[in-house]
Amino acid sequence: MLEIENLHVTVEDKNILKGLSLTVPAGEVHAIMGPNGAGKSTTSYTLAGREGYEVTSGAIRFKGEDIVELPPEERAAKGIFLAFQAPIEIPGVTNMNFLKTAVNSQARMRGEKEPSAVEFLKMVREAAAKLNVSEEMLRRPLNVGFSGGEKKRNEALQMTLLKPSLAILDETDSGLDIDALRLVAEGVNALRSPDRSFLVITHYQRLLDYIEPDVVHILADGKIVKSGDKTLAKQLEDQGYDAVIGKAA
Amino acid sequence: MTQEMDTLEEFAGQKYKYGFVSDIESEFAPKGLSEEVIRFISAKKNEPDWMLDWRLAAYQRWQTMREPGWAKLHYPQVDFEDLYYYAAPKSDTDKPKSLDEVDPALLETYKKLGIPLSEQEILAGVEPKNRVAVDAVFDSVSVVTTFKEELKKAGVIFCPISEAIREYPDLVKKYLGTVVPVTDNFYATLNSAVFSDGSFVYIPEGVRCPMELSTYFRINEQNTGQFERTLIIADKNSYVSYLEGCTAPQRDENQLHAAVVELIAMEGAEIKYSTVQNWFPGDENGKGGIYNFVTKRGDCRGDHSKISWTQVETGSAITWKYPSCILRGDHSQGEFYSIAITNNFQQADTGTKMIHLGKNTKSRIISKGISAGKSQNTYRGLVRMHPKADDARNFTQCDSLLMGSECGAHTVPYIETRNNSAMVEHEATTSKISEDQLFYCLSRGIDPEEAVALIVNGFCKDVLQQLPMEFAVEAQKLVGISLEGSVG
Repeated sequence: MLEIENLHVTVEDKNILKGLSLTVPAGEVHAIMGPNGAGKSTTSYTLAGREGYEVTSGAIRFKGEDIVELPPEERAAKGIFLAFQAPIEIPGVTNMNFLKTAVNSQARMRGEKEPSAVEFLKMVREAAAKLNVSEEMLRRPLNVGFSGGEKKRNEALQMTLLKPSLAILDETDSGLDIDALRLVAEGVNALRSPDRSFLVITHYQRLLDYIEPDVVHILADGKIVKSGDKTLAKQLEDQGYDAVIGKAA
Repeated sequence: MTQEMDTLEEFAGQKYKYGFVSDIESEFAPKGLSEEVIRFISAKKNEPDWMLDWRLAAYQRWQTMREPGWAKLHYPQVDFEDLYYYAAPKSDTDKPKSLDEVDPALLETYKKLGIPLSEQEILAGVEPKNRVAVDAVFDSVSVVTTFKEELKKAGVIFCPISEAIREYPDLVKKYLGTVVPVTDNFYATLNSAVFSDGSFVYIPEGVRCPMELSTYFRINEQNTGQFERTLIIADKNSYVSYLEGCTAPQRDENQLHAAVVELIAMEGAEIKYSTVQNWFPGDENGKGGIYNFVTKRGDCRGDHSKISWTQVETGSAITWKYPSCILRGDHSQGEFYSIAITNNFQQADTGTKMIHLGKNTKSRIISKGISAGKSQNTYRGLVRMHPKADDARNFTQCDSLLMGSECGAHTVPYIETRNNSAMVEHEATTSKISEDQLFYCLSRGIDPEEAVALIVNGFCKDVLQQLPMEFAVEAQKLVGISLEGSVG
């Protein structure tokens, strides 16, 4: 699904990613853990195609296609979804309108038919019910005045509707209490399927109790320094980054 | 940020889809302004002597006046001698009695603009409750007014003002110039001397106008000024919603538009006046475009009356416009909702005046200014509380949105309070479309232009929701079109 090969990325002339390599096969959940400043957010923004995150060398292949030159909206239409660490507020644009615009836009770009208003409403209501997103939340301006939990649930709602092949979860656990975390994790788990992969980026092991990864990678100083199964996360939690990866971090 | 800002600035290739010219043979008054030209216009309209005298007095006054220079606008001096003050489609010399007699080229023009003039078509296509009566003004004359008969049954008068001067002289004499006096300002005085057409509306006591009324203005001829005059009177406890739309061909030279609109709301009456102004704004190099100098004022003459202005200003090279309310009646209310979008080299200096004279009067001002390209966008507003305006209230909110780094947004509020019980609130914000918002939209598969339109429409929402439903949809599209090209 996703192959990252020796990726070097600079942000404002600073080298952040320095040779990151990673392969996520279809249907798998991979976690990237790492200390602050390791390049976790840079990884997620680079994959989503944000301006200012300049790939100086290396490759990102998604379903076999090099996507480094593609703008963010085309990557989205091809099936990459980034759940934001801090979802953005857009005043005056209702949540519902935003969802519809995004769903229609992606359908158009893929040359598919846009869902009818009735079909769309049905889709939204079903997904919203599972994630405990109220009708009222759908009518409010996007993320404006949403609590931390509401914002993350809303990201999960978008993900459910946009049906990506690769979902990147950037520090989805930040700012969530246990109940909210469980709800979001359930939403993510419900989307796990053989043709969908997840990249879960997190600082803490806690989230991985709820979203169980197939592989755990440790990112430090811009590259993957260690990979293992889910026990690696536990080990990190118990011993700390320094002990597990040495002073390299 | 930098790259996205660049693309925001690149966004200059605005397409103006109303820029076509109609090939219609016209009859002109001699170029320039003189007593003869005014007599010519008055004679063309078969006006009574009192109207001609009114015009001539205005002309005399105008000759002693100077163009105002206080607005934050820069443009070359207008040569008032180099303009045609009257242009009319020739075929219209004998006023058509029904649609069948209207020049097909004219009907075609309005069709291209998406304005249905055939009642048959309107009836066939739209639910009866959505019907809109249209007065179409082409250069200096009204070419057709729809649904006149049906409105007449409700007692509503809706006709070209030139017709009203002949048919309803008492009403016109009683109200014309009572809100915007002949001596009001340079452009209003000029308009009083040379105005050629526009709409006249009278809603009798207790009548709720059965449909939306609208006027579409079109400037077609070269070097022609359009000076329309609109007069709307809502008698006691009546209600009317009126829409105004305007377009002009794409031309290299600037064209002048100096309108006067007067609204009068008697006791318990309500007038809702909505404008979508989409005159040709000039090209991406600032060449051409309409100079729009407009005086719009409403008089809440009776107690418990209400006047509400909603405007979406996307066109014109220069906009100078301050739709105002005189809150004369006790408990009267004035509202001003505005979206002003400037792109490329457009300049807008627009806002409102709320003059509180009566007790317990209320006013509300919501202004949204969006500047892109190299444009300048100024909100200028006055709130004045007179000594007798006990417990008067005003709330003002001015929000500016900047796109790119070469445009300007300015807010110039004037507040004058001479009554201690008055309450005036003013809030103002200036912001940029954030890179975060844009990227968030893109990451969901929304393309950059649609993302900008979405964010800007969200920014304007408080105003857009004041527009009548069908208009609001058009206006939302227009917001997107006006900003087209500001994102690469």
